Amino acid sequence: MTGHSERVVVVGNGMAGARVAAELHARGEDLKVTVLGAEPHPAYNRIMLSTLLTGKIGESDVELAEVAGRGVDLRTGVTVSAIDRATGQVRTDDGDRIPYDHLVLATGSRAVVPALPGLDPEHLPERVIPFRTLDDCRRILALAGTARRALVLGGGLLGLEAARGLALRGLDVGVVHRVPYLMDRQLDPAAGAMLAGTLAALGVTTHVAVEPTAVRADAAGVRLELSDGRSLEADLLVLACGVRPDTALATAAGLAVERGVLVDDRLRTSDRRISAIGDCAQHDGTLTGLVAPAWAQARVVAQLVTGQDPQARYRPRPVVTRLKAAGIDLAAMGDPTGGPGEELTFADPARGTYARLRIHDERLAAAILLGDNPSVGTVIQLFDRGHPVPTDRRALLLGRAVGGAVAAPAASPALMPDAATVCQCNTVSKGALVRCWRDGARTVDAVVAATRAGTGCGSCRDAVAGIVDWLSRTDPVEVGR
Amino acid sequence: MATHCPYCALQCGMVLREEDDAVSVLPRQFPTNRGGLCQKGWTAPELLSHPERLTSPLLRDPATGELRPATWEAALDRITTGLRDVQEQHGRDAVAVFGGGGLTNEKAYALGRFARVALRTRHIDYNGRFCMSSAAAAGMRAFGMDRGLPFPLSDLGRADTLLLVGANPAETMPPLVRWLTEHRERGGKLIVIDPRVTATARQADLHLQPLPGTDLAVANALLHIALTEGYVDGDYVATRTTGFTAVRRTVAGWWPARAEALSGVPVADLEETARALGTAARAIILTARGAEQHAKGVDTVTGFVNLALALGLPGRPGSGYGCLTGQGNGQGGREHGQKADQLPGYRKIDDLEARAHVARVWGVPADELPGPGVPAYQLLDSLGTDQGPRALLVFGSNPVVSAPRAARVEGRLRDLDLLVVADFLLSETAALADVVLPTAQWAEEDGTMTNLEGRVLRRRALRPPPAGVRTDLEILAALSARLRGSTPADRPARERPTDSTADGQPSEAEAADPCVVFAELRRASAGGIADYAGISWDRIDAADGVFWPCPDDDGPDSPRLFTERFATADGLARFRPVEHRPAAEEVCADYPLHFTTGRVLAQYQSGTQTRRVAALRRAAPEAFVELHPDLAERLGVTDGEPVRVLSRRGEFQAPARLSPGIRADTVFAPFHWGGPARANSVTNDAVDPVSGMPEFKICAVRVERA
Repeated sequence: MTGHSERVVVVGNGMAGARVAAELHARGEDLKVTVLGAEPHPAYNRIMLSTLLTGKIGESDVELAEVAGRGVDLRTGVTVSAIDRATGQVRTDDGDRIPYDHLVLATGSRAVVPALPGLDPEHLPERVIPFRTLDDCRRILALAGTARRALVLGGGLLGLEAARGLALRGLDVGVVHRVPYLMDRQLDPAAGAMLAGTLAALGVTTHVAVEPTAVRADAAGVRLELSDGRSLEADLLVLACGVRPDTALATAAGLAVERGVLVDDRLRTSDRRISAIGDCAQHDGTLTGLVAPAWAQARVVAQLVTGQDPQARYRPRPVVTRLKAAGIDLAAMGDPTGGPGEELTFADPARGTYARLRIHDERLAAAILLGDNPSVGTVIQLFDRGHPVPTDRRALLLGRAVGGAVAAPAASPALMPDAATVCQCNTVSKGALVRCWRDGARTVDAVVAATRAGTGCGSCRDAVAGIVDWLSRTDPVEVGR
Repeated sequence: MATHCPYCALQCGMVLREEDDAVSVLPRQFPTNRGGLCQKGWTAPELLSHPERLTSPLLRDPATGELRPATWEAALDRITTGLRDVQEQHGRDAVAVFGGGGLTNEKAYALGRFARVALRTRHIDYNGRFCMSSAAAAGMRAFGMDRGLPFPLSDLGRADTLLLVGANPAETMPPLVRWLTEHRERGGKLIVIDPRVTATARQADLHLQPLPGTDLAVANALLHIALTEGYVDGDYVATRTTGFTAVRRTVAGWWPARAEALSGVPVADLEETARALGTAARAIILTARGAEQHAKGVDTVTGFVNLALALGLPGRPGSGYGCLTGQGNGQGGREHGQKADQLPGYRKIDDLEARAHVARVWGVPADELPGPGVPAYQLLDSLGTDQGPRALLVFGSNPVVSAPRAARVEGRLRDLDLLVVADFLLSETAALADVVLPTAQWAEEDGTMTNLEGRVLRRRALRPPPAGVRTDLEILAALSARLRGSTPADRPARERPTDSTADGQPSEAEAADPCVVFAELRRASAGGIADYAGISWDRIDAADGVFWPCPDDDGPDSPRLFTERFATADGLARFRPVEHRPAAEEVCADYPLHFTTGRVLAQYQSGTQTRRVAALRRAAPEAFVELHPDLAERLGVTDGEPVRVLSRRGEFQAPARLSPGIRADTVFAPFHWGGPARANSVTNDAVDPVSGMPEFKICAVRVERA
């Protein structure tokens, strides 16, 4: 794979597949890249689907830039049925055979349908819809138009995004989560509880620590039965119970597969002519499920396949989970609940603000930030880049300016040192203004004319007037003592 | 004598008075500065009779290597002989001209004409490449026209939301802040994007403090939010622009959290910024050097232009996009032929019609005009090499201090066969010259300047230059006359074009007269983008300046552009998709800190002038390295202690100045000083592929105790 591959076939036109096509296109002008997308749509930004649910944007707004054209053959609505490794071809469901020198699997993942009475994964009831694809989104939106109540099964990131999107449309939304607190993979119980409070204010009710036991759905509505004996009714049920890598093609082709398609640091599968990236790939025991690592992988594959950087390797970086929407601001990275080092916490439940950070060896090891944390951008960068944390830890909670000696203007001219600069534009100190006044200038205009204070940007005119006023009220003999 | 300040592009109105040879300044009520002046303006006359002022040409003595006073005859002879020798041996393009954004329109125009007609070299460029060239290129690309502000400055005071991107007017053009004050008093919202808490950022309602080099990601994320929140002006996009779909798809990939991780700007702040711009009745977006001085400067500006277009701002009265031009005549200096690829009137030198028009005005055959040269840094970097020019004439510039990777540029200048510098002080560049020509100062010459609004202003002579000093125009006229008398043998006798409207070449006296030169500039610019045909000195005097384009003597000028159509062929503005990319040099283990450069209030550009003014020297006596206290602590550096800043290209030394207002991963230094404190010794000479702008605003450095 370090050699030059002329014909590259990419299976999948999602976030990872479209990206690797773009990365290949940017590097290798003489490459022939074929992208095969099963969905009939142009590449779109999956992250924006929850915004699409809110109704604030249309489908065209989630389309991503395409590299179709010179050297890139994009075929949408085409499903790959098999990989023929012996001949180096992929077969499509319309009977086509496409030869490759290098094959990139970016098949993504599929929504998990929980094993519950009333849910047949192959034939889901009309009012039960997973939240994964643009088509799923269309089906949800079609029902949401007339719906009043919606249920979301799963209180992870995706479920909460769907819940928020539907709530913003004015639906009465309930979230059912098996674990005692929301987003349990990223949060601690305190943050999860506070997040539930934030969601409640946005019209989302949460039901935690409860198992669904059955789904009853018909043309009129859907009922979710729970382990505590309750049953919840709604007009639609959105499934957000996680995703499972789509490894069917790889498995059928005889590639090494565990939960995902196994890849090394070069993103190579057990066949060196085939790479896998994104949700379908399993690197070093880990499935990613996020965009940032998928794009990093796409870059490495492009560097290797084009021969631009034969030394390129995928090095996983710690991931940041971010939920930012009207009324919700959550960032989670690492696990701050344990491990060595210092712990930093702040909680203001009344305003829904919570911060828990772990610092180890002067580096940020983990953090949960919920609510209005002005430091969130800094914290994310420190975590991502591994830079040293501020000496004054409060800056991590309250923003960058904390702890610094930002000179505040003295409350009264009497307290201002003589050397203090009053007018920056003309470098006029308080002492110079006092001297000028003692030399006989008794009005603001006279002081300004003599010192030029306030003649630049004009911002210090009030301060100059304040000093003149103070001088005029003070015994001249006292001035300057 | 009513005139304008010699320094920045705000060109504050001022009155000069002469009493017993002493010149004093009074601020003047002018629509831009409204009676304001900073200390640079107040103290400007000090240089008129400064003891270090040059009043005699200097020639380098080949025996001792020292510069010695000489007569004008000797100096001009040396130059003429030197230029002829170089051109005869190495061809016409072996002579280059380097101009400046502080030269009057007349001088900038004459310099371009001198290069193309007298020297017939393609090599002319100027320090404006280091100034606003990225914004200029982005403006041309999007609007078909580049005028820094396409509206009067007073619009700033009436905007509801004002976004400043990499602009620090509180230090660089203080009287402009009067408009920000009016803006605040009217209830407007000011948002500043800057990696440092600058004097301007301190006045902002909201300050976004991104990692240097990530402004483009911020711009794309702002447009992403504008789309998702419904702030995009669909009617405007449909009727006044083209190309939105590609931009929409590109910014779809810039969800706010992605830009947040890259820039460090919280999503909430991005959202607030987009909301403030998107819901305002009047909103203005301004960029300056912070956004522009990057190897992706044009694309970064384009990102903000895209945002402005999507919100429907450009051309809407009271709203818009603009660039805060830096140098005194940064605007006019880029319009009349100082640029490698340009002819007067903002015409392109490779446009056959433009060549024909200008050649007619100049009285030369169009096919004798040289083609395009190369941008400033490429030109400087080629000097004295086998492929590059061997002689250089510098007017109004000090690249030894102001160019990126300055030590290398200094070496290139030393390799020249002939370096001629015209200046009124012995700048660091003049100190390297073979011939130094003493020139007049601003209060000793007439001419016009075009300020940051595109308003053409009159600069007026209070008194003649001192004995021994000549104006730049006189120097160019004298050199032209001498070169005409020494036409290289290979040059055929010139045939005058039969359709010439010009009656041959102007006499030396005419060419030295700014009023005559301006009259010719008007004809040369007629029909161009920057059309000055209807602007006369009298007309400027009668009003508070005249906004170009102004094609007719009795027709209106153009305070507001784009209200009906843009200057493109179809009248529509162009969206253009732009992607963030890393800086040319990112940090690494050996050079772990971002370095960025900028300005301080009491100094101007390379400091040749302001470092010699007593009050300014007191206010800003020396360079410094701004460090966050946390970084200083890790480095073991205390406030005021000297530190060395090292990059792959060189190093400089200056005292540390501790400030919590800078990111702990970034250090800053002003670039106004030369010698061991020269910040540009470390800056990166990577340039923008479109504008040729060097990447002054970000490179990787290491800081050590000195």
